[in-house]
Amino acid sequence: MQTGEQAKTPLGQLDTDEIVMDVRHLTKRFPVGGLFSQSKVHALDDVSFTLPRGKIVTLVGESGSGKSTTARVLARLIQPTSGQILYNGRDIVREEPRKASLQYRSEVQMVFQDPFGSLNPAHPIRYSLERPLKIHKKARSRGEISDRIDELLTTVGLEPPGEVAAKFPYQLSGGQRQRVAFARALAVDPKVMLADEPVSMLDVSIRIGVLNLMERLSKERGISFLYITHDIASARYIGDQTNVMYAGRMVESAESVELIDEPAHPYTKLLLSAVPNPKAGLKVNELTARGEIPSLLDPPPGCPFAPRCPFAMPVCRETMPGISVIGPQHWVRCHLFPQPAESGG
Amino acid sequence: MVTAGASTSRDATGEALLQVDDLHVEYAGPHGAVRAVDGVSFAIRPGEVVGLAGESGSGKSTIAQAILRILQPPAIITGGRVHFNGRDVLEMSDRELEDFRWEEVSMVFQSAMNSLNPVTTIGDQIVDAILAHERISRKTATGRARELLNIVGIEEGRINDYPHQLSGGMRQRAVIAIALALNPPLMIMDEPTTALDVVVQKEIMSQIAELKERLGFSILFITHDISLLVEISDTIAIMYAGQIVEMAAARTLFERPLHPYTQGLMSSFPALTGERKRLTGIPGSPPNLIHPPSGCRFHPRCPHRFKPCDSVVPPFTEVEPDHWVACHLHTWQGER
Repeated sequence: MQTGEQAKTPLGQLDTDEIVMDVRHLTKRFPVGGLFSQSKVHALDDVSFTLPRGKIVTLVGESGSGKSTTARVLARLIQPTSGQILYNGRDIVREEPRKASLQYRSEVQMVFQDPFGSLNPAHPIRYSLERPLKIHKKARSRGEISDRIDELLTTVGLEPPGEVAAKFPYQLSGGQRQRVAFARALAVDPKVMLADEPVSMLDVSIRIGVLNLMERLSKERGISFLYITHDIASARYIGDQTNVMYAGRMVESAESVELIDEPAHPYTKLLLSAVPNPKAGLKVNELTARGEIPSLLDPPPGCPFAPRCPFAMPVCRETMPGISVIGPQHWVRCHLFPQPAESGG
Repeated sequence: MVTAGASTSRDATGEALLQVDDLHVEYAGPHGAVRAVDGVSFAIRPGEVVGLAGESGSGKSTIAQAILRILQPPAIITGGRVHFNGRDVLEMSDRELEDFRWEEVSMVFQSAMNSLNPVTTIGDQIVDAILAHERISRKTATGRARELLNIVGIEEGRINDYPHQLSGGMRQRAVIAIALALNPPLMIMDEPTTALDVVVQKEIMSQIAELKERLGFSILFITHDISLLVEISDTIAIMYAGQIVEMAAARTLFERPLHPYTQGLMSSFPALTGERKRLTGIPGSPPNLIHPPSGCRFHPRCPHRFKPCDSVVPPFTEVEPDHWVACHLHTWQGER
């Protein structure tokens, strides 16, 4: 780890708020190939951001950009290759190197994309909610458990709770199942929720309901959300801060509305130009770049977006740009902007 | 079914390429028949792009499969007519269907990019599609395959690549090339870009729009993403619970949706520009089609429901020129 001299970099910190999670220089490489192969997939490369209390921080990017890997590393489902996760100031990877403590696992909850695969089909909803309550000792007597389940289901908008608790997952719609997944995560009083594409498998008419639920939970309960999505418009809708990821790197971070109104990175601009816009109509060949995310296997040096970037300069293929701060909560990694003096790339 | 009225007006133009009238499709199940498509009528004219939008289970993909007669049991067409260039598709023999599919109507599915044969080069797959229908030499067919790859934006040099050597977007382009191989007048595209990232989706959509301009085929474009449809379609039909509830020119539908369901869909998408306002989506969930709600099928979720909605089926009516809607708000003559 080379965090020493870089730790001071102002990585889009919302300094007025209480920082619950401070992620620094997170890197994850997966070795591939045979025993003697040196090849590695660079899934995450030097990813840093902060998660303030009660805020929704969004990671936006295409498939393969490292969004889900970030969430899985934070949930301690996979081990980072290097970097720090400071949870309430504690370096959690160092303190709990092999396996996260029960406390961490209850305070940092994950909600997955697929509400069809994440609930046990053989048991009623009540069972899925009872288990975390018992395992994490959040309720003891039968009456207490039953009251908590009612309260949880009501919180996520599933009423009447008694009736819903008795149902099996197949009797619920996708949106209702996703709400159960949120109720289950809430059962253990989490401080942080990692929501990995929580609405992308749901029908459009019920997506907004789930997004509104997340916003309500962040405001009313002070839960910090890491909201992972490929839908940049939804990031604008509920996100406080939005981070754009590309090929395992974080390339831009800004307050959500500012990011969309004043995007700085050419990739952010590309993403925005690709969003269907009925008001404008479909224009042929208006994209500023073509192609797809490059292979993450032993990537060449330099900016990963350079091969697709219409503004690429020779320097872009040689060194990774450093972080240029261009606003109070806005930074970008791109050679088009003045490079920070201390950055070595 | 009152929906037949929709086709009457289209008949008057007398130039429909595809004409679907009062189509009914049921899935037989242990708990009763699911009426997946329940009295659907629409027409597609030459060169026209008709968009079919709806949520999962609304019946939009079933319609596509019914038109091509590729429904598998337990799904059966229980009523209605499908005419293509004046010929009755539902009466076609297996032999006739072989020619009908691909030569007259081709299809691109959502998962099509994963349906390419993994052990055959994309060039050979295009050539095979051509040779199955036309008696020309393999050499001529290969020339055509090169041309088709060019058309869909894949470098000719990749003709000998296997599917795994291509990215998801390129595979979907290859599938479009196969669908174009026999120059069919109608292409049915069922969520052709849903599995792709937005940037690739945009490229493919631009490509489709450009090809359509150049080659002049018609498209039945099926998706849940209404904002995508507004961009590419001439006419849009909104489906809910197996029925078309509103149909109009794309612009009209986007700017002045009349059905509360369409209005709800339009307010389910966060906008990229303008004021950041609170959206509501649509409360509740799509209904069970074994026992669909009485009256208007949308009434349990409708914020504007009134007296007749839970008992009287709203007729599909042309409330203004070329704007059809099935909603009592716009047609009910009785007491309110």
